[in-house]
Amino acid sequence: MTTATTTHEVTYVDAISQALDEEMTRDERVFLMGEDIGTYGGAFKVTEGLLQKYGEWRVLDTPLSESGFVGAAIGAAMMGLRPVVEMQFADFISCAFDQITEVAAKNHYRWGAAVPLVIRAPFGGGVHGGPFHSECPEGWFFHSPGLKIVAPSTPYDAKGLLKAAIRDPNPVLYFEHKFLYRRIKAVLPQEDFVVPLGKADVKRRGRDLSVITYGAMVHLALEAAELLNKEGIDLEVVDLRTLIPLDKETLYESVRKTSKVILLHEDNKTGGIGAEIAALLAEECFDCLDGPILRIAPPDTPVPFSTPLEEFFLPKVSDIVSGARRLAAY
Amino acid sequence: MDQATVSNDIPRSDLLNMYWYLRLTRSLEDRITALYRQGRIVGGVYTSHGMEAIAVGYASALQPDDVIAPFHRDMGAFLIRGFTPGEILAQYLGKRTGPTKGKDGNVHMGDLKRGMIGFVSHLADNLPVAAGAALAFKIRREARVAFAGTGDGGTSRGDFHEAMNFAAVRRLPVVYFCTNNQYAYSTPVRCQMAITDVVERAKAYGMPGDIVDGNDVAAVYQASRRAIANARAGNGPTFLEFKTMRMHGHSEHDAAKYVPHELLEEWKAKDPILRAERLLMTLGYADESYFHDVGERVRKEVDAGTEFAEQSPLPEGPETLTGVFASVDEVSA
Repeated sequence: MTTATTTHEVTYVDAISQALDEEMTRDERVFLMGEDIGTYGGAFKVTEGLLQKYGEWRVLDTPLSESGFVGAAIGAAMMGLRPVVEMQFADFISCAFDQITEVAAKNHYRWGAAVPLVIRAPFGGGVHGGPFHSECPEGWFFHSPGLKIVAPSTPYDAKGLLKAAIRDPNPVLYFEHKFLYRRIKAVLPQEDFVVPLGKADVKRRGRDLSVITYGAMVHLALEAAELLNKEGIDLEVVDLRTLIPLDKETLYESVRKTSKVILLHEDNKTGGIGAEIAALLAEECFDCLDGPILRIAPPDTPVPFSTPLEEFFLPKVSDIVSGARRLAAY
Repeated sequence: MDQATVSNDIPRSDLLNMYWYLRLTRSLEDRITALYRQGRIVGGVYTSHGMEAIAVGYASALQPDDVIAPFHRDMGAFLIRGFTPGEILAQYLGKRTGPTKGKDGNVHMGDLKRGMIGFVSHLADNLPVAAGAALAFKIRREARVAFAGTGDGGTSRGDFHEAMNFAAVRRLPVVYFCTNNQYAYSTPVRCQMAITDVVERAKAYGMPGDIVDGNDVAAVYQASRRAIANARAGNGPTFLEFKTMRMHGHSEHDAAKYVPHELLEEWKAKDPILRAERLLMTLGYADESYFHDVGERVRKEVDAGTEFAEQSPLPEGPETLTGVFASVDEVSA
């Protein structure tokens, strides 16, 4: 980074708050809607202080009514505002599924109405949230044409991608990983910056094997890479950052270099994003593969609550290590 | 509607204008139905036959910069907003010159420039959307109103209730209506809800409501105008229940044998065009020769529209791939 920095470290969650605050200052059309986001500052305090700064019509507490307020955000977006909706937990996005997939996703295709809308959805496990507060629902929307989907893994990406999402003329689902909220910190540039949608990022360069992943799993892959490095297995970690539009070129380039690939995600395995990428790689990179395409993902169960169950459910560093060893043998 | 009230309250030109749109709607939809029966229109054909007064009445009461999220039997609203019979017929024929360029059919059309929000088949989906449009007007302090509705069946959906509640809580400048035409496809109102009047539902949200004779264009116009004025003045939303009867099947493929014949006969006598004609004659605004002349003129418009639509090109297959996403230059940065 060539931009000026301070030494002040910012958490992932603060990076999201900063992006909201800066975009609201930059563009008066940007406003926030969601449950308990005003006085309370949101379940995860992402919007804390914004009500005082921008007033109740730009930080709008809604009734408990996900379909209703997503629909309202679509209407406001079509009238020229830039709503950013908060799902209290990504799990609750299922209540708004119809508005997202039938109205927001199809309006432009059907009758040319742009819907510049962002829906922030705190997703993912590892926080003892159980079946209704840990879900990774991105797969449902990955299959719905007309939506963009973002899932950052670092404070820099979280801030830059949220700004890009707010400036995008389309509906963007922004999946922020709540396990990362206060665990990951970084020094961010002071100037305005965006991370363009649709660009993957190679978080670690390596020559032996590509791990393609996103969200909290990026950090798991980086941890596994350090362990495997000691055994002489050099992992490349590709962070998708944006799921739609998918940066196929970066994926193909990585796999053409390493010839081996692990697809890692926290969403359950069947019909997941890994399945789609596996199919793409089989179609486009078949000739350069030196081993099977491996998927590491949770079993096809709801996210369980009890600690040993949730630990069993979530992918682990050891899963990546053993998967990499298996592929190294080819 | 009391004639004296009407003559004092609605200018002659507005009444004649509404009569024009009643006839144009009827003529256009009769043509669409005929084309469907000839197999030249494929897919669903949902008409407002016998219910034309509702869309014509409310759309006439709105200002041009207000927005409408119509019910799927609101052809008159499209015509009043400047959609031409040619464009509409092109839409039904899947032509490139239709408002959706062949991407969608029949009444699933919209255009933000003309304040029409594209209809979504999932009934009541656009009610929260209209609340959001009204929210944008309120946030920007614009004196604009959103007008949105669904049928009796659609009021059973959660989105109807979520929209009504949100609009009432935030006192948004929106008017909601229900076209109570007594049947949701084949399901009569008594199997849809345990109340007789849909307007009862508004009470639960602290929203004022009115029952309106949906076959009386003047009554629809006046009730809409009152509700719109209230919304524009910052007094929040109103709910209007337009009582009417669906005179055709759900779609034109549906013979609607489940509707008692006597019920249709009873409502046939209340036809909104006949009633508008009686009103215009009583007020001395028009006579039989005027009605005949309007009939000729709307038929010519519909003929010209049919010609335009039939001459229009179909989209090419690969156009399927266009328009999934909006580009930055379509919206102001």
